[in-house]
Amino acid sequence: MGNPVLQVENLVKRYGDVEAVRGVSFSVEEGEVFGLLGPNGAGKTSTVEILEGLRDPDSGTLSVCGLNPQRQSNELKHEIGAALQSTSLPDKIRVMEALRLFASFYKRRRNPEELLKRFGLEEKRNTFYHQLSGGQKQRLALAMALVNDPKVLFFDEPTAGLDPQVRREIYDIIEELRRDKKTILITTHYIEEAERLCDRVAIVDHGKVIALGTPRELKTRSANTTRIEVRLSKPVVDGELKTLEGVVDARVLDGSYVLHSQRPPRTIVDLVKRLEAENNELVSLEIASPSLEDVFIELTGRRLRD
Amino acid sequence: MRNFATLTRTRMLLALRNRMFFFFSVIFPLVMFFLYGGVFAKGKPQLVSYFLGPVIAFNVMGSFWGLSVALVMFREQGILRRFHIAPVSATDMLASSVLANFVLTLPTVFLELFLSWAIFHVPNFGNLLSLTIFVVVGTVSFASLGLVVASVTNTMQETQVINQLIWLPLIFLSGATLPLAYLPQSVQRFAVFLPATYLVNALQSALYSSFSIWKLMEQFSCLLVWALLTFFVATQLFRWEPEAKIPRRGKLLALATALPFFLLGAWENGRGNLLAQSQATFHSLDTPRDNPPQPSAPAQRPDKPF
Repeated sequence: MGNPVLQVENLVKRYGDVEAVRGVSFSVEEGEVFGLLGPNGAGKTSTVEILEGLRDPDSGTLSVCGLNPQRQSNELKHEIGAALQSTSLPDKIRVMEALRLFASFYKRRRNPEELLKRFGLEEKRNTFYHQLSGGQKQRLALAMALVNDPKVLFFDEPTAGLDPQVRREIYDIIEELRRDKKTILITTHYIEEAERLCDRVAIVDHGKVIALGTPRELKTRSANTTRIEVRLSKPVVDGELKTLEGVVDARVLDGSYVLHSQRPPRTIVDLVKRLEAENNELVSLEIASPSLEDVFIELTGRRLRD
Repeated sequence: MRNFATLTRTRMLLALRNRMFFFFSVIFPLVMFFLYGGVFAKGKPQLVSYFLGPVIAFNVMGSFWGLSVALVMFREQGILRRFHIAPVSATDMLASSVLANFVLTLPTVFLELFLSWAIFHVPNFGNLLSLTIFVVVGTVSFASLGLVVASVTNTMQETQVINQLIWLPLIFLSGATLPLAYLPQSVQRFAVFLPATYLVNALQSALYSSFSIWKLMEQFSCLLVWALLTFFVATQLFRWEPEAKIPRRGKLLALATALPFFLLGAWENGRGNLLAQSQATFHSLDTPRDNPPQPSAPAQRPDKPF
């Protein structure tokens, strides 16, 4: 591979007694879109903020664009762009003013007009920030991350709290950046986002990277299995569903049973027979090809959304 | 320097779009002006000129409220967090708010001077150099005090409470609302520990008694030291992140801003110069001056407001 723009080795961050990040390592190549996928509180945001130089790590070796984020924070800020969670702008600043103001802070600048056009905010150029919709605010946040034509972009939960349609809009924008060969680090707890946008994904849980690879690689961990999720009217004995035909893995997850099967039709027939014999009933049944969520469930025994 | 300039411009723009700002920086001081000039001074030029210092001091000290509230709001809403990603320093942020506030305070001060000339026929404004210097030092120092309060409080509510606790003594015990000489002895002795007392005294001495800056060196040097110290403390305590905690050292540092006037107050308590001077100024109101001779009024009692 090429040269890593971003390198993290054994990163540790504690807040008081809580270890938020417990030895995270990964590296991101130039032009790559890298995702940190994990539930809230997994340590993604802390990792990103440390890489941006906004927080100090307790230990670990870091390099971003060849710079040390803590010691060379000011130089680094000229090289990176970011859209962070829970950031905001003053209510009474106009869209164009915000872009111009932030552009003025950097040595290298992009034309704010062009960004406005690209992010579909032309009509909103004179609108006050507080009058923008959630999606428009997020588009502005992404546009602002690009004002200095950065070498690396950090998007921390870029679509959190947005409705599905707006989320898709944001995906389109990020995919366009990906085609432009921008180096991007995205954190997310949306499977779809990671699968669709990222070249490689690190699955993070409790401050640790528990799996790392391309979405395809990660999914093949659930080797050719199909996911069958069922709800039953009565609980079954622990481990019983593992003995169904074709099933390689069975777990209980908030009241439903998640089975991974290599032969789904056989499994379902077997399941129905078994339930009938036990006077149990099928309440619902869902079949899906495995996603990154299954990888997460397999590794942690929990769902990502919890 | 460039950041400082663009930030100052934006801050001024934002303040001008803020209705609250207009109320507190224009309407409120003007209400005070007419209350003192028209009601308490009954429109008599000499008395208006006597009260003009305290009225301007009141206006200048108002910076304290505006800046503390604005900074806390910026931090709580995550606006500072957005600026933190960009190569902007804490000093840029703070100094720009102090300068923007200063520039925006000037028109009201000019308006107060103009109106006292146009409506109340105040013939001159004493020593203009002293007046200008104390408007500058006063605005900068009280603005910085606001920034310190914003940095040692965690929520807007806390800020408002602390602001009240600081503000009330500053305006009622310093001669800003009631002449110092009119207050009980014990209150006067306390007043010399307050920076506001020196600002009120200096502005009044400049306007009413035409004192040169040399005669006001004590007030000037102490307010200047205080302004620099307070601004320095504000940069040290500055927090970008809403959830960042104040270090214990921070609270001590904040208390250090009381030191210059604590020392000066102790000294003045022994010496009594400042109090004697405000007494003398107050009593000078007994002898009308600058008024055109009034032939038929030898028996007229001197006008004193209280």
